[in-house]
Amino acid sequence: MTRREKENLRTGLLFISPWIAGFLLLSVYPLVATLYYSLSDYSVLSPAVFVGLENYRNLATDPIFWKSVYNTFFFAAFALPLGLLVSLTLAVLLNFDLPGRGIFRTVFFLPSLMPMVCLAVLWQWMLNGDLGLINNVLRPPLDAVNALFGTNLTPPNWLQEPVYAKWGIIFTALWGVGQAVVIYLAGLQDVPRHLYESAEIDGANFWKKTWHITLPMISPVIYFNLIMGLIGSFQVFAVPYVMTEGGDGPERSLLFMATYLYQNAFDYWSMGYACAIGLVLFLVILGLTLLATGLSARHVHYEGN
Amino acid sequence: MPRSSCNTKRLARLCGAALAALLATGCDGRPNNPDGRVVVRYWDKWSGSEAKAMQEVVDDFNAGQDRIRVEYSSVSQINRKLMLAIGGGNPPDVAGLFGNTLAVYAENNALTPLDKLAAENGVSRDDYIGVFWDICNHRGRLWGLPSAPASLALVWNKKLFREAGLDPDRPPQSIAELEEYNDKLASRDENGRLVGAGLLPSEPGWWPAIWGWWFGGDLWDGERITADSPENIAAMEWIASYPERFGARDLLSFRDGFGNFASPQNAFFTGRVAMVLQGPWIQNFIRDFAPPDFEWGAAPFPSSGPDDEGVTLVETDVLVIPAGAKHPREAFDFIRYVNTQGPMEKLCIAQCKFSPLKEHSPDFLQRHPNPQIGTFLELAKSSHARFVPPLTFWVMYENDMKQAFGKVWTGAASPREALAEVQSRLQAEFERRRARWDRVAAALQEGWNKQP
Repeated sequence: MTRREKENLRTGLLFISPWIAGFLLLSVYPLVATLYYSLSDYSVLSPAVFVGLENYRNLATDPIFWKSVYNTFFFAAFALPLGLLVSLTLAVLLNFDLPGRGIFRTVFFLPSLMPMVCLAVLWQWMLNGDLGLINNVLRPPLDAVNALFGTNLTPPNWLQEPVYAKWGIIFTALWGVGQAVVIYLAGLQDVPRHLYESAEIDGANFWKKTWHITLPMISPVIYFNLIMGLIGSFQVFAVPYVMTEGGDGPERSLLFMATYLYQNAFDYWSMGYACAIGLVLFLVILGLTLLATGLSARHVHYEGN
Repeated sequence: MPRSSCNTKRLARLCGAALAALLATGCDGRPNNPDGRVVVRYWDKWSGSEAKAMQEVVDDFNAGQDRIRVEYSSVSQINRKLMLAIGGGNPPDVAGLFGNTLAVYAENNALTPLDKLAAENGVSRDDYIGVFWDICNHRGRLWGLPSAPASLALVWNKKLFREAGLDPDRPPQSIAELEEYNDKLASRDENGRLVGAGLLPSEPGWWPAIWGWWFGGDLWDGERITADSPENIAAMEWIASYPERFGARDLLSFRDGFGNFASPQNAFFTGRVAMVLQGPWIQNFIRDFAPPDFEWGAAPFPSSGPDDEGVTLVETDVLVIPAGAKHPREAFDFIRYVNTQGPMEKLCIAQCKFSPLKEHSPDFLQRHPNPQIGTFLELAKSSHARFVPPLTFWVMYENDMKQAFGKVWTGAASPREALAEVQSRLQAEFERRRARWDRVAAALQEGWNKQP
């Protein structure tokens, strides 16, 4: 290395040093500390006492933890594919060259600008069993059915009944897909026009063009949204936390892994246990991300390659 | 290259200066005190009119002497923030907590024991209604002094009693009679939807864990968790009778139509429920949100048998000195001041609570805005006044009981099943926490002996 190169290296390092310092202090250190605390009895205020794998052993036999794992996977299993489908469909529709599409794009993007807490409070009212908008829409058709068949169907109390509560949260999540729509739109506009033109000459219809051109061309964008959606849905916290007023929902149906972590850390003073939950959550997300990457490798096409 | 090296140095210097500025301003926002007084920082959870009441007491204290200046801040979610402030080594000198969190703070070495300071200042159990002093003690030490206490009573709407053909001045005397009243007070609209009820244990549902007390039960016996005791099961069976009589979905739907507690849509103020379990502060909410002609009374909550008559929950906000506070003596001077008759009554009248002190001024009850304050005060003095168990995992206990209540309320589990689940989980937690205490107790006690 010449003197000049060394000097360059030093300058370069100095320039990125804020990032390096931030990464070490705010990302690497917390991760390592989490690992250590997850192996100890720790409550923030008293010094951590090393207890080996006790927290993990307790996790394995804690039915409430497993309930939160089930809830989280259930939510992700529906919210993630539905979210991808709805956002992609909206993006394709909003990409049609129609008058006023700017207005529609804005309308669909707007909800994603709303702070989580407002979104949660708004949907709390939408889903209210007695006065909610959704049940007001559902009631007339149900009453008609009741009149015809002599049944006694009533709309559910969405956030009060365990069977329906998670669906309430999934609907709420779908309302905030605007961010993903915008990313898809950017991807859609990058698809070269000449590919469509060639396909049209060959007689391809809309569905064929979508399947053979649009989807392969925007596959990196789909992949990106998939991974972001995956991380987001496994970390679901704010909306159910606010909707249930800090609790776990009826029969703990809205207790997610992140909520249980938070309860243990700040309500039950079991920070070590919370760290163990955090690490498990981290490993789950890491594993699923690697799995998604592996499974999608053959289907994601980068133009640079 | 001299030029580039000079730039590098300049950049390094710039970064250094920025870092120094950050460190200098970031850590301690303590204002300087030009008048030479010791600044005592005080955090409390109150906001709005309750905070204003305390601010007035603080102002009186600051005006009455020239050695200490208390700076009061309203801090939301105080438990979390105080935990982090103590952990970070920069706590306030005085903090206002809920009495039922003293155990967990104390066992985590987060507070300064006050026994010596109290003894030096001549403060003792004799000054208080005994139960409030007991709430402030844990593991043989004093951790705080009460600020604003309360007890719970049955509060009822006289107009609805009259309309249902009941004597408006005679509240139910037993659980059995309560249920007779409930049957008379319940009403449905032409579609069969529930529109009125007597007492609903779910409204407002703030104390889901303690119903067993009115059936002679308790939540622990000092050695074991007793969530599944026969008395607690009897209480849960009483809870289970509601969905059986009124329909689980009807009850949920009825409750979904209630507005927020602190609003004119509060189900008690709109007459949708005729009775609630509430504390003396209800007067402030009636004044602000109920119709002008609202007539109400307060009486001991009915119990299942004569042995448990007059059972109530007492709770109190407490003033504590966090561990690591810079000015514990000055902090105690302020706490002591709040715990004298004049300031305490000023605070409690403004917050619509009674005084935790044994002696109150002769006209205290007349000056008090709550016409029923005497009922609440007598309940607190009764030998049946109880407080929640001083367990470090009380929040978990309460949350699990809330879940059990919810399952029984919707008919998803039988009382026995729901409580068995609570029992097994909490007994295991109890043993874990006891093992932790046994591990640290000796070292903690030794450290506490050295406190001021």
